[in-house]
Amino acid sequence: MSPGRYKIFLGMAAGVGKTYRMLQEAQAELGAGRDVVIGYLEPHKRQETSDQAFGLEVVPRRPVTYREVTVEEMDLPALLARAPELALVDELAHSNPPGLEHRKRYEDIADVLAAGTDVFSTVNVQHLESLNDQVAALTGVRVRETVPDSVLGTADEVVLIDLTPEALVERLRAGKIYPGESIDAALNNFFRIENLAALREVSLRQVAESVEAKRLTLAVTPKAVGERILALVRPQPSSQRLVRRAWRSAQRLGTDLDLLWVKRPGESIEGEVERQVTALRQLASVLGAKLLIEEHDDLVAAAARVARERGTTYLMVGESEPRRGLARLREPLPQRLMRATPPGVDVRIVAHRSTAGRGEA
Amino acid sequence: MIEHVLVGVALALGLGGGFLLARREHARRIRGAEPVHRILLPFTGTEISRRAVDAALRLARAEDAELMPAYLAQVPMRLPLECSIPNEAGRAMAMLETIEQRAASQGVPVDARIERGRSYRHALERLLDTETVDRVVVPAGSVNGSEGLGGEDLIWLLEKAPAEVLILRPAPGGVQTQLAAISA
Repeated sequence: MSPGRYKIFLGMAAGVGKTYRMLQEAQAELGAGRDVVIGYLEPHKRQETSDQAFGLEVVPRRPVTYREVTVEEMDLPALLARAPELALVDELAHSNPPGLEHRKRYEDIADVLAAGTDVFSTVNVQHLESLNDQVAALTGVRVRETVPDSVLGTADEVVLIDLTPEALVERLRAGKIYPGESIDAALNNFFRIENLAALREVSLRQVAESVEAKRLTLAVTPKAVGERILALVRPQPSSQRLVRRAWRSAQRLGTDLDLLWVKRPGESIEGEVERQVTALRQLASVLGAKLLIEEHDDLVAAAARVARERGTTYLMVGESEPRRGLARLREPLPQRLMRATPPGVDVRIVAHRSTAGRGEA
Repeated sequence: MIEHVLVGVALALGLGGGFLLARREHARRIRGAEPVHRILLPFTGTEISRRAVDAALRLARAEDAELMPAYLAQVPMRLPLECSIPNEAGRAMAMLETIEQRAASQGVPVDARIERGRSYRHALERLLDTETVDRVVVPAGSVNGSEGLGGEDLIWLLEKAPAEVLILRPAPGGVQTQLAAISA
C-alpha cells in the first residue's frame, strides 16, 4: 500500500486562517466526490471555522483522563478503522497525554499516512524546533509544544497561509481570534506588529527554503563513494580561482572539499598574508570547505601526508610560476605530487586566469 | 693563462649579473608587498550593471589598483551568520568568474570576496570593517530594484564608508546593460 499524501498548512501565528483554509480545501475535495473525514478539529470557538466544517463527517473524539482531568483527544484507532481517503488532523504539534498510542500528534499522523490515507494538517511556525529559540528571542514567547523540522520535510506540500500583520491585528480586534476579554492582553504581548512582522518573515523564509530543499533533493547528485578533493592554496588572490574550480568539482561529485596551505616553518602570518588567510578562511566557511594550515618545509611531503590522512582522491593545484635558474632542473610539482601521493590520487592543474586560454591540465 | 683570465671574467660577469637580477627580483617583491589601491565593487543577486563593472575596471586601470568584487549574501535569521551558504555561493561564483574574466582581459588584478550578513547593508558593513578600500563603486540601478542595496543603504554608505563612494547612474540600455553570470 502506498502512503497517503501529506499537506501541511503553515502559519505565522494563531488566527491567520490555517484551519479555515484546510476546511475550505476539504470541502472542495468532498465536493469532488472524495471520502473526507475530520479526525480532529480545533475550531477555537470561532464561528467562521465551525461553519466551514459543516457537512464534513467527524470521527468522534475519545475522552482521556490524566491526573484526574478528562480531556478529549483524537481517536486514532477509530480513524484508522474508518480508513477515509482524506483525513483532517488539526494542530500537528499537539502533545498527547500519556497512555495514548503516541506522545505527539504528528506521530499519529504518520500512522494515518502509512495506512494510505491522505492527511491535511496545520502548524504554526514557532512550533518548529529549530525556530523555537529564534521565535522566543523575537517575541519573548516560548512555546512548549515543538516538532522536529523534519516533519515539515516529510510533507508532500506545504501551504503558507499568509496575512499581513496589520490584517491579523484587525482580525484580533474584531474578536475573530480570541474572545473579547483576551484581546487587550494579546495585543500587548504576542500580537504586536513587530512580533508578527518578524514571524511573518520567518514563515516566508521557512517555506521558501523547504521548497528549495525539496528541489535540490530531487536534483541531487548521488554522493560518489569515497571521493574527496584537496586543493593546495596559498594566501594570495589567485588561489580563489583554484578554490572556485575545486568547489565546483566537489559540487558535481557531491563530495567534500579540503583546502591546504603549507606554510614554511617560521613564516609569519601578518600584514597582507594575514589578510589573505582571513579571506581564504571566510571563503572556506561560505563554501562549507575545510581550510587546513600545515607548517612544513616540504610542500609535497606535507600534501601527500594530508592526502593520505583525509582519503583524498583528487588533488588540485594552481599553475606554477615560470621556473627560473636551477629550479628548471627540478621535477615539476604535479609530477612530484603524483609520485608522493597514494596510488589512485589524480592531480589536476588549474590555470591562472591570465593564461586560462591555454586550458587546464 | 688567457683562458684562466677569460674564465675568471666570465665567472665575475655571471656572479655580477646574478646579483643584479636577484636585487631586482627582491625589489619587485618588496614593491609587491606595499599596500595596493583597492576598489570595492559590491553587488547582490545574479546580475550586475555592465557600466558599473566597466567603470570600476577603468578606475582600477587608471590608478593601478586592484578590483575587489564582493558578493553580498543574506543569511536567514534562523541560521548562524557564519554558516555555509552553498546555494548563494554557487550564484556568487558564477558572477565573480564573469567579472574576473573581464578584469583579466584588461589586465586588472582581482581579489574577490563573498560576505555574509543579515541584510545586504549588514554584509557590506562587515566587509568594510575588515577590508581597507580606497573607493566603492555602486551601481545606482539597484536603488529602484526590488532587491539589493536600496536608496537608504546608499545614503548610509555615503555617510559611513571610509572611502570615496562612486554611485553610477543606470545606463539607458536597461536589461542589455546587465552583466549576467555565465557558468564558470
